Amino acid sequence: MSDTIIQTKSLQFSYPADDREPLPVLDGVDLEIEQGSFVAILGHNGCGKSTLAKHFNAILLPSGGTVYVNGMDTGDGEKLLDIRRTVGMVFQNPDNQIVANVVEEDVAFAPENLGVPPAEIRQRVDDALKAVNMYEYREHAPHLLSGGQKQRIAIAGVIAMQPRCVVLDEPTAMLDPIGRRDVLNTIQALNRERGVTVVLITHHMDEAAQAGRVIVMSKGRVVADGHPKEVFSRVEELRAVGLTVPQTTQLLWELRREGLDTPLDALSDEECAQALYNLLK
Amino acid sequence: MALKDITLGQYFPGNSPVHKLDPRTKLLAVVLYIVALFLASWFISYALMLAALCLSIAISRVPPKAILRGMKPVVFILVFTGLLNLFYTPGGTPLAQVWIFTITLEGVYRAFFMVVRILMLIAGTFLLTYTTSPILLTDGLESLLGPLKKVKVPVHELAMMMSIALRFIPTLIEETDKIMSAQRARGADFDSGSLLQRARALLPLLVPLFISAFRRADELATAMECRCYHGGEGRTRLRQLKYRASDYLTLALFLAITVAAGVLGHFGL
Repeated sequence: MSDTIIQTKSLQFSYPADDREPLPVLDGVDLEIEQGSFVAILGHNGCGKSTLAKHFNAILLPSGGTVYVNGMDTGDGEKLLDIRRTVGMVFQNPDNQIVANVVEEDVAFAPENLGVPPAEIRQRVDDALKAVNMYEYREHAPHLLSGGQKQRIAIAGVIAMQPRCVVLDEPTAMLDPIGRRDVLNTIQALNRERGVTVVLITHHMDEAAQAGRVIVMSKGRVVADGHPKEVFSRVEELRAVGLTVPQTTQLLWELRREGLDTPLDALSDEECAQALYNLLK
Repeated sequence: MALKDITLGQYFPGNSPVHKLDPRTKLLAVVLYIVALFLASWFISYALMLAALCLSIAISRVPPKAILRGMKPVVFILVFTGLLNLFYTPGGTPLAQVWIFTITLEGVYRAFFMVVRILMLIAGTFLLTYTTSPILLTDGLESLLGPLKKVKVPVHELAMMMSIALRFIPTLIEETDKIMSAQRARGADFDSGSLLQRARALLPLLVPLFISAFRRADELATAMECRCYHGGEGRTRLRQLKYRASDYLTLALFLAITVAAGVLGHFGL
C-alpha cells in the first residue's frame, strides 16, 4: 500500500443532467499509480482524462467507486487538505492559476494556506523557484512573463506545498515550442531529481513517450496501459480510439505493413535510425 | 487605443524608503493626507500639502511622469468640477458676465482649489498603489480592518477579492486588446462615429470579455482549491507586517501635517 500513491477502484463519474439520462464520463476506471513513477495519460478530447485527473485530489468526487490518495479516501471531507497537499495539480492556462501580482508571493500562496511559519515559507518559495529555474524572476510581475515561464511559476506554486505527486492537465497546450520544452524539462527534473510522482495528461504523443508508463483512455475507460514502447506498438488500437502514434513508430509501422521486418518499439529518433540501419545492412 | 495607459492599481517595484514602509503606515498616511486636504483652505495650507506630496514622490523615486500619466482618465472630471465651481459659487465680487452666468472672484478661487485638491488626492493615492505591491496593500487593509472581523465583517474575503481583482486587471486588459484586434480584423470600427455609435460598437466586445472572465474565475477558483485555499482561517503570511522606526516617524509627520493643515485652514490661510 505504501508504494501506491493514487488508487482508483471501479471509479465512475457522470455530470448531473436535468433533462436526460446522465452520460457517464468515467465508466469503471481501475488504476494504481506508484510512488515516484512518471505516468502519462493519453486520450482524445472528451475521453475523460481531465475528469479523471480532477478525482486525484478531490476536486471531483466519484459517482461510483472510490479513489484513494496515499491510503486516504477522497470522499472523506476531514482529509481534504491532506489529500490536496499530497497531490498538487497544474492546469492548462497559467494565467488562470496565478493568484498574486508578484512571482514569489504567488508561489507562497499554498504554504500560506497551509499555515506554514513565515521563515519556512521563505525557504520553500526559494526552493520551489530554484526547482523550476525561475529564481531570478522572483520579484517580477507574472503577467509580464512568457507563457512557459508562467507555467513554470504555476508548477513552483504547487511544489511549494511539497506534494508527493503532481498532476499536470495538458500543461503545454497553450505554450510555444520553447515554453513547451522548458516545462517538460522541468517536469522530468522533478520526477528524476526529487522523486515526485508525475501524472502528465496530454494528447501529444512525443510527451507521453518520455514517461515510464502510458495509460490510454477512450470513452471513460482505460484501453491500454503499459510501457510506452509496448503501448505505442499497438498502432491499430490507438488509431481506433482517435490517436496518432509518434512519427518514429508511424514510419516503422508503415514499413512493416509493406512487408518489411521492422520492430515497432523503437521510439526515440536514435532507436528508429538504428532500426532502419539494421534493416538496410 | 490607449488601453495600456490605464495605470489603475499598477505597482512599480522599487527599493526606496517609501516602498519599504509598512503598508499599514502608507494607508494611514494617505487617509491622514486626504483629511488634511479637505481641511486645507487657502494658499499656505495647500502649499504645505503640495510640499508634503512632492517630498514623498521624490523619496519614492517614482517618475513624476508616471503619476501625471495616471491623471489622464480624470481630466473630464477635473474640467467638470472646475466649471461647476466656477459658475455656481454664489455671492462675491463679480468678475465677468457670460450669458446667464456670473464669474466671481470667489468662484475662481474655489474652482482652482477644488481642481488642485482632486489632483493632489489622486497623486497621493497613486503614490500608494505605485509603491505598494497589491498583496501587501490588501494585507495592510486586512490587518487594519481586522477588528471588524469581530462584528462579522468578512475582512479576509474582501481583501482576497480585492487582490484578485487587481491581479486580473492587466490580464483582462490584454484580453480586451486581443478581442478588439480580432473584431477589427473582421471590420469592426471602434474609433469613428458619434459617442453613441462608439459605445454601441463596444457591446460585442463586452460579451466575449464577460464570458471569458467568468471562465477564468471558475478555473482560478479550482486552482486555488487545489492549492489548499480554505479561507482566512489558519493562514500565515510570507511577509510579516511590522512597524519600524521609519513607520512611526512617517505617521508622526503626517499627523503633524494634518494638524497643521487643520489649524491653518481654521484661520483661513
